[in-house]
Amino acid sequence: MELQAVLMAAGGGSRMMDLTYNTPKPLLPVGNKPLIWYPLNLLERVGFEEVIVITTKEVQKALSTDQRMKTDVKMRLDVVCIQEDADMGTADALRHIQQKIKTDILVVSCDLITDVALHEVVDLFRAHNATLSMLMSKVHEFTETVPGQKGKKKAGEQRDFVGVDVTGKRLLFMANEADLDEGLVLRKSIMRKHPRMLIKTGLLDAHLYCLKRSVVDFLVHNKSVTSIRGELVPYLVRKQFSKSLNSKTATEDTERNQKQQDADHNLELLSTSKDEALVQLARERSCWNDHRGDMSEAYHGGKLRCYVHIMEEGMCYRVNTLAAYIEANRVVPKLFEEPPIHPTAAVSERSLVGSDSIIGPFCQISDKTSIKRSNVGTSSIIKEKVKITNSIIMNGVTIEEGCNIQGSVICNNAVIGRGADMKYCLVGSGQRIEPETERTNEVIVGSDQLMEI
Amino acid sequence: MADSVGRQVDSINHATEEDEKKQEIIRAKGEGKELTKEEKQRLRKEKKQHKKNKKDDRGPPEKEKEKASVPAPSKPATQSPAHKAAPVPVNASASESPVAAEKPAKSKAELRADRRARQDSERASKPGKKEVGQQSTSSKPKATPSELQPVKRLPEHVQVDDPAALKKLAKKLERQQVPLRSDYGYKVSLFSHLHQYSRKNPPTQQISIPVTAIHPSIVRLGLQYSQGIIAGSNARSVALLHAFKQVIQDYSTPPNEELSRDLVNKLSPYISFLSQCRPLSASMGNAIKYIKKEISNIPNQCKEEEAKRRLQECIDSYINEKIILASQAISKYAIEKISDGDVILVYGCSSLVNHILCEAFEKQRKFRVIVVDSRPRLEGREALRRLVKKGIRCTYVLISALSYILPEVSKVFLGAHALLANGYVMSRVGTSQIALVAKAYNVPVLVCCETYKFCERVQTDSFVSNELDDPDDLIVTRNGKTHLENWQTVKSLGLLNLVYDVTPPDFVDLVITDLGMIPCTSVPVVLRVKNVDQ
Repeated sequence: MELQAVLMAAGGGSRMMDLTYNTPKPLLPVGNKPLIWYPLNLLERVGFEEVIVITTKEVQKALSTDQRMKTDVKMRLDVVCIQEDADMGTADALRHIQQKIKTDILVVSCDLITDVALHEVVDLFRAHNATLSMLMSKVHEFTETVPGQKGKKKAGEQRDFVGVDVTGKRLLFMANEADLDEGLVLRKSIMRKHPRMLIKTGLLDAHLYCLKRSVVDFLVHNKSVTSIRGELVPYLVRKQFSKSLNSKTATEDTERNQKQQDADHNLELLSTSKDEALVQLARERSCWNDHRGDMSEAYHGGKLRCYVHIMEEGMCYRVNTLAAYIEANRVVPKLFEEPPIHPTAAVSERSLVGSDSIIGPFCQISDKTSIKRSNVGTSSIIKEKVKITNSIIMNGVTIEEGCNIQGSVICNNAVIGRGADMKYCLVGSGQRIEPETERTNEVIVGSDQLMEI
Repeated sequence: MADSVGRQVDSINHATEEDEKKQEIIRAKGEGKELTKEEKQRLRKEKKQHKKNKKDDRGPPEKEKEKASVPAPSKPATQSPAHKAAPVPVNASASESPVAAEKPAKSKAELRADRRARQDSERASKPGKKEVGQQSTSSKPKATPSELQPVKRLPEHVQVDDPAALKKLAKKLERQQVPLRSDYGYKVSLFSHLHQYSRKNPPTQQISIPVTAIHPSIVRLGLQYSQGIIAGSNARSVALLHAFKQVIQDYSTPPNEELSRDLVNKLSPYISFLSQCRPLSASMGNAIKYIKKEISNIPNQCKEEEAKRRLQECIDSYINEKIILASQAISKYAIEKISDGDVILVYGCSSLVNHILCEAFEKQRKFRVIVVDSRPRLEGREALRRLVKKGIRCTYVLISALSYILPEVSKVFLGAHALLANGYVMSRVGTSQIALVAKAYNVPVLVCCETYKFCERVQTDSFVSNELDDPDDLIVTRNGKTHLENWQTVKSLGLLNLVYDVTPPDFVDLVITDLGMIPCTSVPVVLRVKNVDQ
């Protein structure tokens, strides 16, 4: 077998607590499908037959009971449960399932919605015999107004600095602004080997990684690494250019360095395969080099290589903030071939449902209702004379007559009283909005939620 | 009565024979197959026999026709197999005689008219068929019909403009679950019979991501071929054998199957996939033949582990003998030819020639090297790097400066992709030009080639069998401007990126192989000796 897929679905959605305090992030509906459906669909389309899903018990229960998931997803899901409060990082999770991993792995995050041609990422991994191959995409500016955002948008989250070589494929440098104290520090060894480096900042990490099996074994030996994105990837990128063990001088023999040396030793040893002599012979006899201008052989003789595929066009969203969630809901219906209005929805003839809206199964849309550019979830009841524009209505919502909802997100099982006027609001799960209220740009969540900081 | 019945039988037999023969001839000509000498002789003999019998029977059947009744022919039909003589094609006769036996119900005039019409149609179609025959001969210069066997079919990769061949290939690939790679861009008409792929459409686009039908190391190898990461005849063979070692390692015999047969069958889709990624080289072909032979020679009672171990050892010894030791032997011979003060010209990046020069330098020979390079591959840069790293004094020119630099040169060393059975050298495009100009300047040309690259093909020109690389490689961006960016929109423009060319033996002075230094014309001898050995 070539690759095993691992889907990380245990994350908490810490950047959109308003949405996820009641519903776990993998089950958030996007375009009337649970968020976890999208990476599973991607893997299935490409040809995977089974996936290891690391998630919490709640999600596992939901997955096994959800009828639609069972019919849509034909792959075998090997669900591994971890405790919610164990605070496991993604690398910890990989360590947890180390026994199941027998080949190289493809790690996907549950909040990735993309239509990338996955073979581009995997081909880099295969052709160059890389240790790491990842996917990045150009960041899209979010144009929709986000409910509950007061004032201008924040100055932007911490930027990622990504350095690639002239071909744009080899990953040379990766650092997050948060980790840099004063400036960007580039090692001379990198500059000597790759004098031309392109540093990009407007890239979104899609959290899709192809990792060699030896990396998992390395993780088992190094229990200090907790997060793939935060620690493992920058470590691997740095290790491409570190000096080999032979050149380490004897004076640097403190205990910490000893451990470091052992760690490096492990990684290098683990990444050599048998029949290395033949591979070396083939490479010697081949008249190809990945760079030119200096006297070294292909790959500078390094054994560790990290590659990145940067998507220029196409859709790639990571649904980890509210803005991303709204944007994804807007864009995702274009991915489907299903009819926008589910056949089991009872849509009355005198209502007006725009062509860019989608209506979930078992909905009831009453007369004189107008729904434009919105997503209405499963089993929602919309009464008469309601105007819904640019909004996301999740499952089981009841909207009484005469409401006017604009640019808002209404979570599961909320009830909007009659005549309410909501503009750019976020209504949390199970909330009741009194009739005849007018709210603009507010986040309405339960009082118990307010206690959690 | 019996006599007349017998004669009747004969006449009916001959009528049926005639029909069958005519149908067979028409069928054979219709297929456009060239009939071998033997078949032509046989058909000629039979035709003569026909005509003789027809003349004889035209008398008696006219008398006997009135007596002929429907049940009577059915009796001779059963007796006819017994009466059949040897030169009758036996297969169709038994089925056709009952059918043909009903024909005598027609009147003799109708029969004669039938016969005449048939002969006319044959005569009319004969010039058409001759034309077809000539065309097929001109388009199949490589079809060397052996005396005793039917015509060898052309390899698929030179029949791209034939839709029937393409359909066959598609069917075969579908059966093997290998994706079919589609051609790209406008092909220059002289080379429209060859595949032309684009690097932007990799062969892995259509296979599932955890590949199931093809072993992962073969997919990796195919990708490395198509992207040019492994290029060069020796490198490709070594990488191929390495991948095969991994395939054999991961192989397990299914129940009720024999390793010797099943493993060979398993390798066929892999080889199809690799040839879709990049057409196989001659050295790879020979390596594959060797492996298949070794696998089929595994005795049945051999246990699986033992068999696998044996195969791995075979592969290792093949690489060791044919590539590593061969290159050492060749450099030993070649170093004798390098004297102090020499100026050696090399072209492109041949691993063997680089090895020779490095060894000669280590043995303290004083020489300098001129590296000639050509677009679009610019492989000479890699050769330059390796030689300069060693410490050899080098000069670098492009092939357009060849006649300028040649007066300085004392010897030319060339590598080869394959050596063909008629002594022609198949190598990177540009080699024949170098050999030609060197000949004009009376500079000796030495070709270095291991014996495992010797190939039984015969080729006299570079058109028939070649490889078309990605035409977009020819596009270059200078000063931010890419003039050829939209070359596909210009209808009268075609980009041609050839990979190989053939050099005639008149331009090559010596071939240095691991068997010694031989003239180019001795290649068939080596091939014959090799076959006898095997």
